[in-house]
Amino acid sequence: MKIRLDNVVKTFETFRAVRDVSLEIESGELVALLGPSGSGKTTILRMVAGLEYADAGHIYFGTEDATDIPVRDRGVGFVFQHYALFPHMTVTENIAFGMKVSKVRRDKAAIDARVTELLRLVQLDGLGERFPGQISGGQRQRVALARALAVDPKVLLLDEPFGALDANVRRDLRRWLREIHQELGITTLFVTHDQEEALDLADRVVILDKGQIVQQGTPEDVCRNPASAFVMNFLGDTNRFTAAVSGGVARLGNATIPAPGFSDGPVEIFLRPSDLGWNVSGEGIPATVARVIDRPAGRRILAVTASGEAVELDVAPETQVSAQDKGIIIIERARVYAAA
Amino acid sequence: MSNPVKGRPPRVGDAPAFRRTLIGIVLALVAIVIIAPLAVIGYQAFSQGLQVYAAAIAHPDTLHAIGLTVVTALIAVPINTAFGVAAAWAITKFDFWGRRFLLVVIEIPFSISPIVAGVAYLFVYGLQGLFGPALDSADIKILFALPGIVLASMFVTAPFVARELIPLMQAQGRDLEEAATSLGASGWRTFFSVTLPNIRWALLYGVVLCNARVMGEFGAVSVVSGNIRGQTNTLPLHIELLYHDYQTAGAFAAASILALLAVVTLIAKVLLERQGAGRARRRPGLAAPAVAPKTASAEVSS
Repeated sequence: MKIRLDNVVKTFETFRAVRDVSLEIESGELVALLGPSGSGKTTILRMVAGLEYADAGHIYFGTEDATDIPVRDRGVGFVFQHYALFPHMTVTENIAFGMKVSKVRRDKAAIDARVTELLRLVQLDGLGERFPGQISGGQRQRVALARALAVDPKVLLLDEPFGALDANVRRDLRRWLREIHQELGITTLFVTHDQEEALDLADRVVILDKGQIVQQGTPEDVCRNPASAFVMNFLGDTNRFTAAVSGGVARLGNATIPAPGFSDGPVEIFLRPSDLGWNVSGEGIPATVARVIDRPAGRRILAVTASGEAVELDVAPETQVSAQDKGIIIIERARVYAAA
Repeated sequence: MSNPVKGRPPRVGDAPAFRRTLIGIVLALVAIVIIAPLAVIGYQAFSQGLQVYAAAIAHPDTLHAIGLTVVTALIAVPINTAFGVAAAWAITKFDFWGRRFLLVVIEIPFSISPIVAGVAYLFVYGLQGLFGPALDSADIKILFALPGIVLASMFVTAPFVARELIPLMQAQGRDLEEAATSLGASGWRTFFSVTLPNIRWALLYGVVLCNARVMGEFGAVSVVSGNIRGQTNTLPLHIELLYHDYQTAGAFAAASILALLAVVTLIAKVLLERQGAGRARRRPGLAAPAVAPKTASAEVSS
């Protein structure tokens, strides 16, 4: 089912949580709402679910205006960050709950068959008689997903679905959710503050800041062409410099960075650690190594430029470098934004 | 409990002298403050023999007082339970104007002297009071009758259930109810199959406390009941009356009944709890899938 948000606004007391957000999610699409805390992403998700009502604007499910349909009748599957499994019911009872309370009557055999099918889908066969308190966090989240899917929702909504899990479980569940989505093809919207999770999982990433959409696009789009300094900064580690443009060229140290289209004046230059290199001489920013951090994939150098700015850069694992070395930071790629 | 490793310095509060002193003080206080008076009631009630005791209990005025107390509890406790659940639900699950204010108002009966409540009811429903004349002309008796006693008892015990539930329901948050609703459950369904099973022990405890207080309430009820022997005397009032009449055996006999009612409520609570806890322990018997999953009852804490 296609979802469309049309100039949606939400204010809590005096806090404008969501300002005039318009967004379209195609049928069968897997979309991530990505943003820092307080960016309004969860509020948007809860409005789509019907757990909050919009102060202004409309939410459409297909062609139907769903803005005022209560959550009970909206037909969404909602997965909570902390699972919200009913602690006094077994896994089976949890999954069957939606079918039992549904206005659509189902006989017991049909419910049992569906529960078995869902347990298989979420790979929890044989755990049906356990209580939520007796299974692991990752298993609980899968039960929560099965419970949400049991009522054949038009849309699947997930609020920080992997936020409370440790890193390894998280990665597995992410891949697994992607597979389930492929298999079921259900329109899915999820909220996360973890850029890696959003880029890993989603067909399309919607980046929010202060209640507004600042950029949306495929993971490739937003990674290769961050629309603003905020997006650049939020998507990964960056080094930020201010520099002056003159004649379409910015100068950092003794390196020149093309800044086409910028009029003369101050700009912000963002450099990712992987966009930088280290050399004993050449064109770049002269710096002194303060510390070297070793990681499985390479070495990260924490350097200080001659003018006292801290810079982080990633170099190949075999690079020979140690603290107090002097050298040049080579700029391989840079992004220039108008000064804020 | 002795230190298993010799020569190791004691942890905080681990020194034998400290431990013995502390336990001794607590036991002595319990004996002097709680056990001894209760024992005296039992002893005095039976001091003149079983027959005198039975006669004292069987006195029509005493029987009437017992009946009135039980009836009052049967009316006041269910109403206050419903009120407490509704108030706790409203305060913890909804955002509305005046929520904090309501939270404070609910506590007022805790902090106010019951006699003040009684006098207040006198001013509201009494003949010279607010609704007095209107009620009098409609021939509705509130004061010096059962309705007044029930109202005064309800005022005094209004916070008991709500106070037990609010902290728990606040800690549980709204996620479970939101989940149930998003799955299509109605409000009632959500309450009965999701909320209630998760608050039932706190609810039970609140009901037991509420009941104990209703049965034992003296101050507020003594003002509004008028102390008419055999008509509006509840058990606590009757005990005082007997005592003032120097009918020691009768007073202690009645007091023993009141104490007994309290003990019975406590035992009932413990039994119910144990049954629930036992089921909680038994049901998750993973090894035995034979356990019927439909006997949903006990909460499994995670």
